[in-house]
Amino acid sequence: MRALEPYLPLLLRGIPVTLEVTALAICLAVAAAFALALGRLSPWAPARWGAGAVVETFRGTSALVQLFWAFYVLPFFGVKLPPLTAAVLVLGLNEGSYFSEVVRSALTSIRTGQLEAAVALHLPARYRFFRIVLPQVLPVMMPPFGNSVVGMLKFTSLVSLVTVQDLSFRAGAIRSAIGSSAATYSVTLLVYFGLAIILGGGVRLLERAVNRWAGRDAHAAAGAAGARASTVPAWAVLAR
Amino acid sequence: MLSNTDLGRQPAPAASAGVRPLAAMRGVVKSYGARRVLDGIDLDLREREHVAIIGPSGSGKTTILRLLIGLERPDAGDIVIDGEHLWFERRGGTVVPAGERHARRVRRAVGMVFQHFNLFPHMTALQNVREPIVQVLRLGREESEAQAADLLRQVGLDTHLHHRPAQLSGGQQQRVAIARSLALKPKIMLFDEVTSALDPELVGEVLRVVRELAHATNMSMVVVTHEITFAADIADRVLMFDAGKIVEDGPPAQVLKDPANPRTRQFLRAILER
Amino acid sequence: MTGLRWDWATAWAVLPDLLRGLSLTVEATVAGSIIALFLGLCWTIVRVGRIPVVSPAVQLLVEFLRGTPFLVQLYFLFYVLPTYGLTLPALQTGALGLGLYYSAYTSEVFRAGIEAVPAGQWESCLTLGLPLWRVWAGIVLPQAMRIAVPMLGNYVIVMFKETALLSTITVMELTAQATNAGFRTFRFVEPLTLVGLLYFLLSYPAARLVHALEHRGAVQH
Repeated sequence: MRALEPYLPLLLRGIPVTLEVTALAICLAVAAAFALALGRLSPWAPARWGAGAVVETFRGTSALVQLFWAFYVLPFFGVKLPPLTAAVLVLGLNEGSYFSEVVRSALTSIRTGQLEAAVALHLPARYRFFRIVLPQVLPVMMPPFGNSVVGMLKFTSLVSLVTVQDLSFRAGAIRSAIGSSAATYSVTLLVYFGLAIILGGGVRLLERAVNRWAGRDAHAAAGAAGARASTVPAWAVLAR
Repeated sequence: MLSNTDLGRQPAPAASAGVRPLAAMRGVVKSYGARRVLDGIDLDLREREHVAIIGPSGSGKTTILRLLIGLERPDAGDIVIDGEHLWFERRGGTVVPAGERHARRVRRAVGMVFQHFNLFPHMTALQNVREPIVQVLRLGREESEAQAADLLRQVGLDTHLHHRPAQLSGGQQQRVAIARSLALKPKIMLFDEVTSALDPELVGEVLRVVRELAHATNMSMVVVTHEITFAADIADRVLMFDAGKIVEDGPPAQVLKDPANPRTRQFLRAILER
Repeated sequence: MTGLRWDWATAWAVLPDLLRGLSLTVEATVAGSIIALFLGLCWTIVRVGRIPVVSPAVQLLVEFLRGTPFLVQLYFLFYVLPTYGLTLPALQTGALGLGLYYSAYTSEVFRAGIEAVPAGQWESCLTLGLPLWRVWAGIVLPQAMRIAVPMLGNYVIVMFKETALLSTITVMELTAQATNAGFRTFRFVEPLTLVGLLYFLLSYPAARLVHALEHRGAVQH
């Protein structure tokens, strides 16, 4: 631990890099998720097929391979992306493909009756989307979104393998410099854990704001979380 | 015979020809959070007595049953089953709150049939009924199969022994549930709105089984139901619950035909005018 | 001018190496899955069991495993374990890391499966006076597993793809073979694309199968 101290600032300077990649990639992921979900729900067959192909491709192969592909193979196709861009692209599209399933199931869960009623009332399409669909869809998507955000944070550790100097990259470099793996990686793990807790808390605040905007009172939202009280009765668990 | 007491005041013991009641509740209070569901209940159940309980939802009818079989613990008051306290035991000369093992032993005398059957979905009808016979009575394979098959025959399902619940109608499932709870030969049988979850045309077959049990066995029965005619038919006594208290108690001829309490009158009118 | 041309010669040349890597990938997946399932069940039993001190500790461990990157956990195991005298071959370290990380997820699946068993099942067990071990072994866990198995299947598929990260701790699995070949021959297109295809060809049908299982399970309930 003593050996690590002088290098600590260097390590911690990876935090803004990690957070930057996380933020950029999450934005791309959300955009991609909606685009892909709407594509798969589109009545136009080529859109459905195209979006489906993208989703299955990104979900069906290893993320690391996708990253290497963007980093090593794309240049041969004349596409020379800076490492950060390539990383954000892959991370965003990959996570976006997974999250698009969440968006898709949330969108299909809107009872068609409500949409038909809205159409019958001659409500304009934009109104329908923003005032009827979105308020019902967004709250449902928030918990998985929280998972995606924390998942993305962990995901960004991969960018260290394509020369982006995030936390993991610096941890590796410092480890080989001082030779003390336990201290270096323990601290790194704790920093990630701390960031995960903070980001998770941030998303929960966002979740509460979304619930308020969507008109769900705090009681209902908390009820959904409190309903997670265990079905396992006390008599089945606590020692006699 | 029955009274509601204020919380904390000990009532005079219910004397009826010196015969100890099979089950008794004294000053039982139960709340769920801020809601007081039972507000100081006194209740006696005699041997071979059939009691029907009616009342609006939320009045505490189901809670009474759940307390009698020990699914829930009362917040205050005492429950005695067949001479033993359900939630108190005597340990080394002092009376202490009882643990799970004691409660398990005392509640053996009580059986319950649920509104939603609660059959084990991954087992056949026969296996469902065998389960308590094997696990609690500790009988061997042949003996347990014979007893289980016999019970299922009694409820008219001997042709469906090897069907799973998913392959049975609601009425059939409920009859399996009844057979299963009879396996341990309880002294008291509780029925919690056992036909409320059934399609109307399936209600009759279940009521038939319950009626047979009422006539053919020596069990005490407590039946929570909305089926007023059925209650009139099998009950010795009808209790009307409202807002956590027993507001009326008497023979069916009185409570159901000519109730004294206006609340009972109001409830019956509403339910019979459907 | 190595370019958009696909060189079949290179493709065929690297294929044997790739397949050799694939066998390591499969090995790591199987070992990792076994560890993940076993540990996950252990964590869940402790968490559901509400044992004082131990249960919250395990809860924290699971949160920690889920809240930190797999890559860094791998590095930790690979570099730190030997300093405590435990020098495992890279593949075993990798499988251990894989199993450990995903045990946090499988634990969640097991817990969800148990929680999904309707309360009425517990209630009839109590009213029938069934002994506690039987309630768990004969009634609750079989129903919980029916719900959990498809989700667990999904995680096995995820683990299969995540074995790629073992390449960072010198395990010559599928991805490592590809990058290795790339550095050797200066052609990355063929190895990486083939590897991508291999992952896809193995994981996609498996995913459809698990999806079908999920549906069948749902219908029966």
